Amino acid sequence: MIQVSIPSQLIAYTGGATRVEAAGATVGAVLSDLDDRYPGLKFRVVDEQDRIRRHMRIFVGQDEVKSLTVPVRDGGELLIFGALSGG
Amino acid sequence: MTQAIQLLVGTRKGAWTLLSDAGRERWTVRGPLFLGQIINHFVADPRDPRVMLMAAATGHLGPTILRSIDGGATWTEATRPPAFPKGDPHGRAVDHSFWVEPGHADEPGVWWVGTSPPALFRSADGGDTWDSVEGLNNHPMVMEWFPPEGGTPDGAILNQVVVDPRDPRHMYLATCSAGVLETTDQGASWRPLNQNVRCDFLPDPYPEFGQDAHFLSLAPSDPDRLWQQNHCGIYRLDRPGERWTRIGEAMPKEIGDIGFTIVPHARDRETAWVWPMDGTDVWPRTSPGGRPAAYRTRDGGASWERQDRGFPAEQGWFTVKRQAFCADACDPMGLYIGATNGEIWASGDEGGQWRQICAHLPEIYSVTVAPAP
Repeated sequence: MIQVSIPSQLIAYTGGATRVEAAGATVGAVLSDLDDRYPGLKFRVVDEQDRIRRHMRIFVGQDEVKSLTVPVRDGGELLIFGALSGG
Repeated sequence: MTQAIQLLVGTRKGAWTLLSDAGRERWTVRGPLFLGQIINHFVADPRDPRVMLMAAATGHLGPTILRSIDGGATWTEATRPPAFPKGDPHGRAVDHSFWVEPGHADEPGVWWVGTSPPALFRSADGGDTWDSVEGLNNHPMVMEWFPPEGGTPDGAILNQVVVDPRDPRHMYLATCSAGVLETTDQGASWRPLNQNVRCDFLPDPYPEFGQDAHFLSLAPSDPDRLWQQNHCGIYRLDRPGERWTRIGEAMPKEIGDIGFTIVPHARDRETAWVWPMDGTDVWPRTSPGGRPAAYRTRDGGASWERQDRGFPAEQGWFTVKRQAFCADACDPMGLYIGATNGEIWASGDEGGQWRQICAHLPEIYSVTVAPAP
């Protein structure tokens, strides 16, 4: 399983949980697994062409990823952040 | 005869409702709903006012449609929000839904959404799932009508969807880079409807398309009468005519005829209201001269009268965005504006006198009228 860190912007989907578990061998598969359990979550992070949205950032461990095809190892960590400046 | 109504208010930071008494004198503010979400449009279904839809997004998260089927008591998110098909040949993704339109009275459950980038989506299940209208979104002209870098600073928009109340197959779109488009087969095919509408920002000032049609209204008492507030003026068209007339030429020259919206009278086809904004030099888009006012025509645009009683007489610089000027259908009609400074103003006598009924909301994007619950 993958440990996933959920940002405040998405806890409405996870019932308030900021850390959840998900399965999947890639970033996209992990997000799809999350979406199965928390419907609607993935589309608010990733657009319909599988691009990570402009003000969302995803890390696998310490490394930021720009593609959903990046592999995630079992037991690893995936972190989702909302990153937006301005008022 | 007046009756209690509610105003549905979408702002840059959430949604609110304002409930009136039967005289539309006292107003109760309720909210916020979805604090922090960008609510571009908040609309009740005239076929069943318990059904309400919001076009929502946040600065961070992707766009969605929020739905209520119990008059706003509870809300759920659309199971499948508007989105282009995966593998769209132009690589498009919906940035935000902008306009939400209930379908024809004979088609319960049908809704339409206009988005940025400009595209049209249809729901047949009350807004729960949405499909791309391929007749527009993959029209052979789509990249010329909606060039990827065209449109407004926040991205090109399909500004508005209008359904002919007599015929669900007949619809108009107001768009930011193709002007008005028309279909007579419910979206399978489209054509521009822009004759004599000026483009101050193109080498050809009267192109077939390229105009920025900010807002289109059909007169409720005569849907063949079309009013248009364009980026470059106020226009009128009586169908089956094809050639628009610039009725904004009759506006006072010091005010001009630039604005975002035009509101038709519920019963009189000759009457409509606009909210002018300053379109001089660098386009401040404020109330001209810092003196907010609506302007009304009662003769089809041949002349206009200023309606500013109640508004600040000086140093009032707010203005009104596209979805934020609306009317009820009472007699006399109530008029309502939501301002960029978070104030809502109402007139219970068709613009003769205005008063502020709410202040201190976030920047207002949308105000619509719904029956009181």
